[in-house]
Amino acid sequence: MENKFNRRKFLTRSASILGCSAAAFPLVSCITTASAPWDNRLVIIVLRGGMDGLDVVRPIGDKNYKNLRPGILAGSNLTKYGLDGFYALNPAFSALIPMWKAGELAFAQAVSTPYRSKRSHFDGQDILEAGTGLDVPDGRIKDGWLNRVLQTVPGVHAKTAFAVGRDQLQILSGDAPVLNWAPSTRLDISPASRSLLELIYHDDPLFQMASTEAMNLAQTLDANAMIDENGELPSQMSMEMMTDKAASKADAPRQLASFTAARLQEESRIASFSIGGWDTHNNQSRALKRGAGQLQSALLTLKKDLGPIWEKTTVLAMTEFGRSVRENGTGGTDHGTGGLMIMAGGALSGAKVHGKWPGLRDRDLYGGRDLMPATDVRSYAAWAMHNLYGIEKSLLESTIFPDLDMGRDPRILA
Amino acid sequence: MNNKSTYSAIRFGLGFSPNETPPSGADALLAQLTNVDLAANSFPITQFRDRAKLSVTYDKTNRARKTDKTKEPNFLAAKETLNQTKRADLLNSMAQPIYGPHGFRERLVMFWTDHFTTRAKRTVNEGLVSSFVAEAIRPYVAGNFTDMLLASTLHPVMLVYLDQNASVGPNSDFGISKSRGLNENLAREVLELHTLGVAGAYSQNDVRQLAELLTGLIGNVQRELKFVPSRAEPGSETILGTEYGGGLPSIDDIKLVLRDLAQHPNTAKHITKKLAVHFISDEPGDDILEKMSSAYTKSNGDFMAVYAAMLSHDDAWNNFGAKIKRPDEYLFSAIRALGVRQGTLLGMNKTNVSRLLLGPLALMDQPFQQPSGPDGWPEDAQAWTSPQSLAGRIQWAMAAPRAFRRSNIDPREFVKSALGDIASDNLRFAAKAAESRWEGIGLILASPDFNRR
Repeated sequence: MENKFNRRKFLTRSASILGCSAAAFPLVSCITTASAPWDNRLVIIVLRGGMDGLDVVRPIGDKNYKNLRPGILAGSNLTKYGLDGFYALNPAFSALIPMWKAGELAFAQAVSTPYRSKRSHFDGQDILEAGTGLDVPDGRIKDGWLNRVLQTVPGVHAKTAFAVGRDQLQILSGDAPVLNWAPSTRLDISPASRSLLELIYHDDPLFQMASTEAMNLAQTLDANAMIDENGELPSQMSMEMMTDKAASKADAPRQLASFTAARLQEESRIASFSIGGWDTHNNQSRALKRGAGQLQSALLTLKKDLGPIWEKTTVLAMTEFGRSVRENGTGGTDHGTGGLMIMAGGALSGAKVHGKWPGLRDRDLYGGRDLMPATDVRSYAAWAMHNLYGIEKSLLESTIFPDLDMGRDPRILA
Repeated sequence: MNNKSTYSAIRFGLGFSPNETPPSGADALLAQLTNVDLAANSFPITQFRDRAKLSVTYDKTNRARKTDKTKEPNFLAAKETLNQTKRADLLNSMAQPIYGPHGFRERLVMFWTDHFTTRAKRTVNEGLVSSFVAEAIRPYVAGNFTDMLLASTLHPVMLVYLDQNASVGPNSDFGISKSRGLNENLAREVLELHTLGVAGAYSQNDVRQLAELLTGLIGNVQRELKFVPSRAEPGSETILGTEYGGGLPSIDDIKLVLRDLAQHPNTAKHITKKLAVHFISDEPGDDILEKMSSAYTKSNGDFMAVYAAMLSHDDAWNNFGAKIKRPDEYLFSAIRALGVRQGTLLGMNKTNVSRLLLGPLALMDQPFQQPSGPDGWPEDAQAWTSPQSLAGRIQWAMAAPRAFRRSNIDPREFVKSALGDIASDNLRFAAKAAESRWEGIGLILASPDFNRR
């Protein structure tokens, strides 16, 4: 078993390092790799549910902090993972400490979208992904900001950008071509059925092209992530419809990250996926651990699988809003405003918690209950787009992020 | 050489069923619409009023249990009732198109549901879209556009979805005392999506004026539709050159402008083109568009006249396969073709609903009742033949049928019963050549022949 696993793993690795291998990817054309409009890689992770930034990057230097969170912080080591003297990392995220020490992890505290009206997940995520400038949903803009970025760049082709996972990603939807794929998609069809499928799609170009691409994607996935715990390959004949649980497992953040890394090693330059489960109304000290585990595993998988390309990679993880500064009656926190953005990647300028700290006294709070947003989260994304892809400020402050004032460059990138 | 019953069943309905005789052509399709809506009676959906109460009770008991542990059983009971109702409404709303005897009516319900797109903003309210459809769409598909526009615009599910409850006249009593203002969302979509269309002759100022006129209108799960004069912007508004209101604020002014918008020439063109694009071709010919829009204008938006104009045109009966079935059409028509028993579908448990219906629809890029924006689902063939969307179909075709039916079906028979005279020679061969019967069924359901209409 052990041997088989290693050998398989080895084959996969070698294929990845070489960029392409006829044996592993018989149907993928390798010569187009150079046609991407740029070399930098960008991954946007949408953290759905409203991540409690105050509990991820803890402002232990603010003397009001502990009193606002007596239950959540009870028994937690506040100082063990100090970041810069003022902030400390929640121990649940400690697997990221090596990344922090390597200067490949940074944060922006007290950020938010312009959304202020009702603290609804649905509207909040719509506004985050649309990149709009109003404090309410803006009906005029129906595409996502990352798609608008693609619309401004010449040379974008269908594989430049990838939406990964079963969740809809409004951030990438729009007129620019984007491929999407959920790793939970299984096309383990018998060879005989596959050739019959090729026959019945033969005379229909739309179906023919789509099925060829689908088979390729399913196959690269098999090579990358489909090995089960015992190192066994999935049975060719297993054609069970997956249960939700099985699909969730196959679409777990680690798999999404692994699939994303495989795409970024080929022709793709931009990818996005979601990690949910941040809506920690109850028993937050436990609930946050789950999200922490998933996010860490996604980031560590990206770094590991991308290998040398990690150096050219920027990961931005954004959430629709932060959470109330005071804990609620059930050991959790409720929907708030100011929140946290997490940045990772070899392309970062170094380990730092960015952003102006607004304070936690009653009069510092937004609406008397939330962390006051000090910076528009879109400005970090905009500076990243400017510095990674050379997109003009004038375009970023109008078409891509309407009504945004980018302010000064926070220099998150090296 | 396809005959009219093939077109009637597949292009204008949800395909062949082993238990039904397909409609024979235009007259039979139109006759479906003048019949009693049997599917609505057989597969009833919970009324908005009753369904909304379950959401409210869920929230109330959820709040109560947080401060008082003894209230936990109340919450669990409310949650159970809510979930059972959600599942029953979900399965009934799928059973209507799958088992309903009037396929054209079902397809029209799906079309108009998409035209007036709504979506739940919270998990607890999922399924309320079914109530919206049952009340604001379904009863009107054989009626008049004006009535459907009024019913859908004034339904609480639409008001919540397009943020009308947040919109307050800035100079109304409520607006001044709470310093609140307009939210243009509903006004914009009424003009851009529901009536004139994005190319229509309206300006930003018309959007603004309509938004002002719509103030006062509120409705949500806590209360049904209500007009609150103290939230309404005082004074008259001018929309597309016509003045509305000016007296005491009243919902009648809103109904008046909606009636006028429904009769606008831009609306006639927008609505009829959308219908032709949905049923006939991504790029319908000028002649059929002209005939449909003039039928709309002459009849003041009477649907039967518009459908008759569409169905009496030659374009309705040639160029088979120009359109790709939407994933929901695909799924419903496949379950229908397989002859899955009603009891099997309606008795599905939560796990099976997720693995055989909801999960697959999401993989096909059409998560049920969750379009990503108010412009609804795309129409163009490319959108529904992305590698992901097609892979979702292939996966379902290969794996799901055997979960729905215990007894085998012979692919050589199935290719005839599911596709009539349209199966290609290659597909007939594949049906015979498959290694197993279920793989043969899968190939047929995954084929372009079955996925096009």
